[in-house]
Amino acid sequence: MATVLPPPSKRQKRDDAARARDPVEQPTIPEGLQRIQFRDADTGAAQGPVVSVSLADLRSQNLSLLLNSLLGKTDPADRLPYRFYNPLGDGEFNQEQIIKAYVDGTTTTELQLNIPCRAEAVFKVKAVTRCSASVSGHGESILSAQFSPATSSRLATGSGDKTARIWDCDTGTPLHTLKGHTGWVLAVAWSPDDGVLATGSMDNTVRLWDPEKGTPLGGALKGHTKWITSICWEPYHLREPGRPRLASASKDYTVRIWDAVSGHTDMALTGHKGSVTTVKWGGAGNIYTASQDRTVKIWTSATGTLLHTLTAHAHWVNHLALSTDHVLRTAYHDHQGRKAVPDTVDAKRKKAKERYDAALAPAGGVERLVSASDDCTMYLWEPSNSNKPLQRMVGHQKQVNHVTFSPDGATIASAGFDNHVKLWNAKDGKFISTLRGHVGPVYQCAFSPDSRLLVSASKDTTLKAWDVRTGKLAENLPGHQDEVFAVDWAPDGQRVGSGGQDKAVRIWRN
Amino acid sequence: MPQNEYMERFTKQHGKRLDHEERVRKRAARETHHASKQAQNLTGLRAKLHQQKRHKEKIQMRKQIKQQEEKNVKGAEDSGPSSTPLPSYLLDRGKETNAKALSSAIKNKRAEKAAKFSVPLPKVRGISEEEMFKVVKTGKKTAKKSWKRMITKPTFVGPDFTRRPVKYERFIRPMGLRYKKANVTHPELGVTVQLPIISVKKNPQSPMYTQLGVLTKGTIVEVNVSELGMVTAGGKVVWGRWAQVTNNCENDGCVNAVLLV
Repeated sequence: MATVLPPPSKRQKRDDAARARDPVEQPTIPEGLQRIQFRDADTGAAQGPVVSVSLADLRSQNLSLLLNSLLGKTDPADRLPYRFYNPLGDGEFNQEQIIKAYVDGTTTTELQLNIPCRAEAVFKVKAVTRCSASVSGHGESILSAQFSPATSSRLATGSGDKTARIWDCDTGTPLHTLKGHTGWVLAVAWSPDDGVLATGSMDNTVRLWDPEKGTPLGGALKGHTKWITSICWEPYHLREPGRPRLASASKDYTVRIWDAVSGHTDMALTGHKGSVTTVKWGGAGNIYTASQDRTVKIWTSATGTLLHTLTAHAHWVNHLALSTDHVLRTAYHDHQGRKAVPDTVDAKRKKAKERYDAALAPAGGVERLVSASDDCTMYLWEPSNSNKPLQRMVGHQKQVNHVTFSPDGATIASAGFDNHVKLWNAKDGKFISTLRGHVGPVYQCAFSPDSRLLVSASKDTTLKAWDVRTGKLAENLPGHQDEVFAVDWAPDGQRVGSGGQDKAVRIWRN
Repeated sequence: MPQNEYMERFTKQHGKRLDHEERVRKRAARETHHASKQAQNLTGLRAKLHQQKRHKEKIQMRKQIKQQEEKNVKGAEDSGPSSTPLPSYLLDRGKETNAKALSSAIKNKRAEKAAKFSVPLPKVRGISEEEMFKVVKTGKKTAKKSWKRMITKPTFVGPDFTRRPVKYERFIRPMGLRYKKANVTHPELGVTVQLPIISVKKNPQSPMYTQLGVLTKGTIVEVNVSELGMVTAGGKVVWGRWAQVTNNCENDGCVNAVLLV
């Protein structure tokens, strides 16, 4: 016997009748024109003339098209993608809010709305979705990984088996094994011109290698008395022609500047009272060092004198990031690959300088610095203007291990031992969102070169790719057998490389 | 037995003797001499009791000394690097990472095919049906045919178990011999944690015992390891893990097991 529904109650009948009687009014967009002015989100400069747009047409896609044509980029190939922000408050551009403000009278057609906009990267990186290669070769855990600045087909890794290896990511095969160190290889760094690979090791030495041939360039650079924690190359546009230099930070409280050609110590920067955890070489000729003595120190690279000491942290400073890290690392290599590389050294320097200057624009022409610490906070600094922090960034529940600026300089991502990655606004250091999903401490994170995606590596054996704009998980990338120590996103956006305790290098593609 | 805290009350009111500290120190200093004298001179039962007391004290002392030494060793290890390779950002972080030392060694071992099915107790003593079951002969009809059995070994029954009606219940699992928790040892870490049993996976004696949830030495049980915080390759938290029972639970009154990793 079929179940018979009970007859509708009196109220249900009344409601039904009422619904049938008066038709529902669709929310309509009122007729009206809105005067808008596009402004650069960073500088506030006007972009194009003031225009009137009907309220119904105020959508991000339309605005992007409009702004492109206002700026004279009528050819579809020249168009730039733009991101628009809410003119009436914080957050993304929102048509409904503008209509609401129009209806309740806060804005009128006479008033002009200043819509902040920001050009995004012209190329789009797709989220990595699959493991294209899992290459074994190392005999011990992989401790560091970095892609070549020129191409995503070369990846260098340093391992606990006392070797560094260069991998051919196109075929997923090992290319060179760089033997020579007598301790774990803790740091690898490609020079910005892709010509030299530097590795720092537990055996207190730095070694230089030719990444094409896989042969050592000279002997070990000796001088440190404890292991090397971090290596950074001199920015390409600052280097004297034919005399590239690199800085290495060590556990022995010093930073040494080496001449990569002669192999001699140029300078030794002494002054820290604890292990130096990170060294960064800024594009304006300053060297930034973070140390476990709770300070960040700034030195001039020309003479090696101490400029400032930034003291605000209450515990070890674990990591530093510069707003220009990405361009300093890639110098004259842009998203177009090898075909856009200039021929002469002068042209290369010029292009590197141009890219560096362009990267400074969002921060108002100066380098920003962010430091992550064991006291669970981060500080945003503008060292050229003041030795007081711009903003203290609190929110992590445990130590912050890694911090990085997005290549466009608009976002900061921080990875902490509290299993979370947090996103911050690089302009004022305000909190944006928390990326939850890892179930173990997050060791490192890396932005995609178009700044739209972020990949994070964790102790829970996974990588996770995140959508930066929405703060949602874009892709979960399981596959590692054990914790993942190092992750890097290639500067051309094609691949992500990762390595960890399971000894296999994994290359991820879309 | 003192009925009140009258000694404390007295010291509160009148204070201590002026030479109190000195006397306490001297008494403590005499303690060793006194103990040594007793150890040499006592005879008979008193000597026996003294030895026992002393033995227990010595155990405590040794434990303390060991703890102290471990503390010192740890301090020394903090400055030196660990034996497993670690990235520079984890090098100075002491031993908190070492809780994970388990996985790599174990995973290497598991990669070898033969080790995949090896368990800590490869062989078990056979248990006959006579030993396992007691024939229940109560009641007129039951006694006549004697088809009812009582299990004489510890068992695990699920949380939602209800006994069947008497008429149909062939196997009785006595309430007093049911266990919900096992003391599980992690072989690599050397820690023992009491964990809830989820199910009995395999009793090597017979599949029927597996079904009945009998816990004998060598039985594989699934335990809830969520509080240990282990993670799978896919990044999910491991919930259930297998463990092998290592003791004769029926003799000991507890279930000890070792985690299969």
